[in-house]
Amino acid sequence: MRVGLFIPCYIDQFYPRVGIATLRLLEHFHAGDVEFPAAQICCGQPMANAGCVADARPAAERFVATFRPYDYVVAPSGSCVAMVRHHYQGLVADEAARAQVQAKTFELCEFLTDVLQIEPPRGQFPRRVGLHQSCHGLRELRLGSDSELNVAPFNKVQRLLANLEGVEFARLERPDECCGFGGSFAVDEEGVSCMMGRDRIADHERAGAEVLAAGDMSCLMHLDGLIRRERRPLRVLHVAELLAEALGLTISD
Amino acid sequence: MPTQDHPAAANAFVADDAHAHWHDQALWFIRAKRDKCAHGLAEWEELRELAAQIKQHTVAHLGDYLEQFERNATRLGAVVHWARDAAEHNAIILRLLQERRVRRMVKSKSMLTEECGLNPFLEQHGIEVTDTDLGEWIVQLRHEHPSHIVLPAIHIKKEDVGELFHRELGTAKGATDPAYLTEAARHRLREKFLAAEAGLTGVNFGIAETGGFVVCTNEGNSDLGTSLPPIHIASMGIEKLVPRLDDMAVFLRLLARSATGQPITAYSTHYHGPRPGCELHIVLVDNGRTTLLASEEFRNSLRCIRCGACLNTCPVYRRSGGHSYGVSVAGPIGSIVNPSRDPATHRSLPFACTLCGSCADVCPVKIDLPNQLLTWRQRIAELGLLKPSKRRLMHFAGAVLSRPLLYNVAGGVGRAALRWAPRWLVYNRFNPWGRQREMPLPPKETFRQWHSRQSRDDKPSSS
Repeated sequence: MRVGLFIPCYIDQFYPRVGIATLRLLEHFHAGDVEFPAAQICCGQPMANAGCVADARPAAERFVATFRPYDYVVAPSGSCVAMVRHHYQGLVADEAARAQVQAKTFELCEFLTDVLQIEPPRGQFPRRVGLHQSCHGLRELRLGSDSELNVAPFNKVQRLLANLEGVEFARLERPDECCGFGGSFAVDEEGVSCMMGRDRIADHERAGAEVLAAGDMSCLMHLDGLIRRERRPLRVLHVAELLAEALGLTISD
Repeated sequence: MPTQDHPAAANAFVADDAHAHWHDQALWFIRAKRDKCAHGLAEWEELRELAAQIKQHTVAHLGDYLEQFERNATRLGAVVHWARDAAEHNAIILRLLQERRVRRMVKSKSMLTEECGLNPFLEQHGIEVTDTDLGEWIVQLRHEHPSHIVLPAIHIKKEDVGELFHRELGTAKGATDPAYLTEAARHRLREKFLAAEAGLTGVNFGIAETGGFVVCTNEGNSDLGTSLPPIHIASMGIEKLVPRLDDMAVFLRLLARSATGQPITAYSTHYHGPRPGCELHIVLVDNGRTTLLASEEFRNSLRCIRCGACLNTCPVYRRSGGHSYGVSVAGPIGSIVNPSRDPATHRSLPFACTLCGSCADVCPVKIDLPNQLLTWRQRIAELGLLKPSKRRLMHFAGAVLSRPLLYNVAGGVGRAALRWAPRWLVYNRFNPWGRQREMPLPPKETFRQWHSRQSRDDKPSSS
């Protein structure tokens, strides 16, 4: 099984540890031959969400061409995977290739749960974790049930962490409200964006979270920006980093 | 119309942090009540699916159902009028009132008349209009517009209502007790009801097979306003139709639960023709709805039953207030229907959204609001209505994020700048990210640099 690892552009540039943790986890859980094709860059979402379809097209074309040869494509980002899976129609000329790549592209937790079908691993993480459910993973990929729908509750991300020794989950007042990042929304609507972020952080703090974890580093980049500016004690961690740390996998050098 | 600048209005709203949080909490409370209702009905998701299908079907056969509705309503003794746009709607109503020498009219909640600007139009012609929904009346007394389609005065605190009523109704200064203030309003409104020569209502559901229609309120004001005066005028958007009376069994269960978290509105009044010796006029209004109907992409927004659930759940609406949208129907659904009338004026609305998707999951008729908002962004870009700075930035980003060499160079330069540049060069008025937030701390190497170093290091040992 050949697995193509997609490390989204901003993770590549700013959060290489998340990429390393993802790679280590895939190796740890015997995902097959995991490769990082160097031709990859970006899924095209920043441009597409701004309405600039023509500017998103080359990135989307490159993504499909790069990952077409693989059996699976795995990325540590629900948002980028949702972009590929749900918003590539009309962006990529080769419809068949597009559909193929869409069908085999998975978010990391989803891949571990649904494709590799791993049991929630044992490891150690004696911390109270506030789990931020990033919107695109939650409501586009359905990594969990959201509070709006009347469906049987499930949560693929939390389930993966649930067997870690010592882990506790903070009980949030609003378990799945948006953090306010929203791509260019974060700068276009700076006031509302920052208020939303601070409200999320306050909810996690009230619930006693020591670590704020999420499946999308973009939400965490925004929240961490507020946390560091206000010198709050919360630590943000991508779920991949958290799992890798709990399993004792090396993610520095 | 001047271009609505949502971010500027939202930033002003957010600047009063305590008020913005109060507004957010008030609406979240309603969202939580709605959740309780939705989770309390085992068949909730089935109801939503049924409602979506019924509306989808109605919209697909709208012309036929409208004619059926007109025939049956006429048979019941109502007079049906057709209005192409807001001006025709207002002119029809003015003519009806002038012909009958009406000088005072009471009106129950109708967002359509807000959309058409009926109140100021009639006032210009010397007709007194009194909004009898308490929230709408408060807003009218303040010379404002509703900030929410179901909760028109949700932006106003009870202290402000106390002040307003002290000024307008002579209630005790400093009084904030809702029961006391409501009682005062009730007395003044009672006088208006008794003096009215005509009553106007909105329509929640028009029923094609019977020619009747249903008005849902919590205050009974539409009932009083249509029971006393001899003329009842009902303003109805052409999308408010359902095929059968039985369909009410689906929609009445969804509407109030979605809107305010109540099992049903206090009053769900069915009107079938005029009262004996009285007149009933129904004004069917297009005002841009057939433009939506003709558009494959935005057509299903016509399913909307105006419950306001998407407003209550929208994290942006809750923190920016309805007035920041500058339209009669604000929030996610407003950001779809208003640009179809005038994309240039409303160009900022589809961007007042993080694409979090919550609106789609609360919508009782399953409108794919986030996708439509995203599609509107594309239309706005195609129409050349994006800010030139954003247009250029996205063009640049599109190039950088699809060309490896450019990407590596730009990434390297950016990270080096973040690391070495003095703080003032990074954090200044040209960087809205950095006004309240730190930039990410650039690492020594990117993932791909780390990866290629690993591959190099691994090779000798593995061969």
